[in-house]
Amino acid sequence: MKNKTFESFEAAVADIPDGSTIMFAGFAGPGTPRNLIAALLAQGASGLTIISNTPGRWADSDIVDLKVLVDAGRVRKAVASFTAAPHPSMSGVFAELYEAGEIEAELVPQGTLAERIRAGGAGLGAFYTPAGVGTELAEGKEVRSFDGRDYLLELPLRADYAMLRAHRADALGNLQYVHTQRNFGPIMARAARITIVELDLPIVAAGEIDPDHVHTPGIFVDRMVVVPADAIQETVRNG
Amino acid sequence: MASREPLSRQAMADRIAMEFEDGWVVNLGVGMPTLCSNFVHPEREITYQSENGLVNYGPLAVEGEEDPNLVNAGGQYVIPIPGMAVLDHADAFALIRAGYVDVTVLGAYEVAANGDLANWRLAGRKGGGIGGAMDLAVGARNVFVMMEHTTREGAPRIVERCAQPITAPGVVKLVATTLGLFEITPDGFVLREIAPGYTPDEVQAATGAKLIVPPDMREFRTRE
Repeated sequence: MKNKTFESFEAAVADIPDGSTIMFAGFAGPGTPRNLIAALLAQGASGLTIISNTPGRWADSDIVDLKVLVDAGRVRKAVASFTAAPHPSMSGVFAELYEAGEIEAELVPQGTLAERIRAGGAGLGAFYTPAGVGTELAEGKEVRSFDGRDYLLELPLRADYAMLRAHRADALGNLQYVHTQRNFGPIMARAARITIVELDLPIVAAGEIDPDHVHTPGIFVDRMVVVPADAIQETVRNG
Repeated sequence: MASREPLSRQAMADRIAMEFEDGWVVNLGVGMPTLCSNFVHPEREITYQSENGLVNYGPLAVEGEEDPNLVNAGGQYVIPIPGMAVLDHADAFALIRAGYVDVTVLGAYEVAANGDLANWRLAGRKGGGIGGAMDLAVGARNVFVMMEHTTREGAPRIVERCAQPITAPGVVKLVATTLGLFEITPDGFVLREIAPGYTPDEVQAATGAKLIVPPDMREFRTRE
């Protein structure tokens, strides 16, 4: 049995080279792999393309999310459903860099983002979606009509690495998430070449998780680190 | 003139929520629309759905009882209710695009007389925030909007044609603003209900599209 258990976040991200494309799970807090992000910041990889719902929070804060990689200049390009804050009164380093042309971004409707990731992990060449038809996001994209309705052609997203947080796992990497921690985790785990997971709870023996209750099968999981008590926990303050 | 005030956010939310029908699946956008869940109808069963994968979630959690892994689309902590289910993000949006959501309530920069919705980017800015709005706008069976009647600078948000980049063409059916309730019909905006103390002429003067004022226009309601 391949050992997927890593003793430290540092070891789990040690080989990630500059220029990697990395998917990061998480939505408004839950599922964000904060300890892996902190380890990646310390590791120093740069020129990264990040694929995530947002490129980090917009307000100033000491909470660890993708904002720390953006602030440190490690991100070359973001693929996300936000390139500005949800409200015009909010700003942030990413928005300022993007307005100034100092960082690249591809803005994608959130459902299209999720489906492109799903398609990337499902062996598909492309798909058609009604989201974005008739808007400026349709510019340059193939529009095709099925049963009288227009759809846009969208291409899959794949990545070198995916990072996510799950609740528990067995030694084979079979994962369970808790509540809205799940979000992008299952689809990103399938769309990346190497999936790295941080876990709320200690790893259990194979067979301890009911096979009918596995959310992400271990075949999609490569590296796991259990979050120690003194590391970053998902707390109410984070959200 | 009698004292008068623009409608409160909660009044707008209550009025929009009065339109939710028994059995509807409801998706609330970030910000003002989340106030719709404070309106509880005694006899109608409503299922709240959230783009981050919740089906059948409960009200906002009170302080001290939050679960750090249970949030709605706005990142607010909510509580589970019996029958709650969790989907991953791709399935949450499959549900949205496939028409299982009866209504989405969204905020907006502008809504046009042809039903065009603009709520993701301000003209002149490069960046924008789409979130789930484009998927919800084309997938939900009904799109209702809640917004201030004008911008902070006094420019109308109800317009003949959107000046801001649109989120989806021709999707909005009903708009609640600080001055009233507006239905979008094939003939344009109809002023269905008006904020107490205002006249239709005053509302028209603050509006960038021609308003149809029907004989049965009434005062804005927050209770049926």
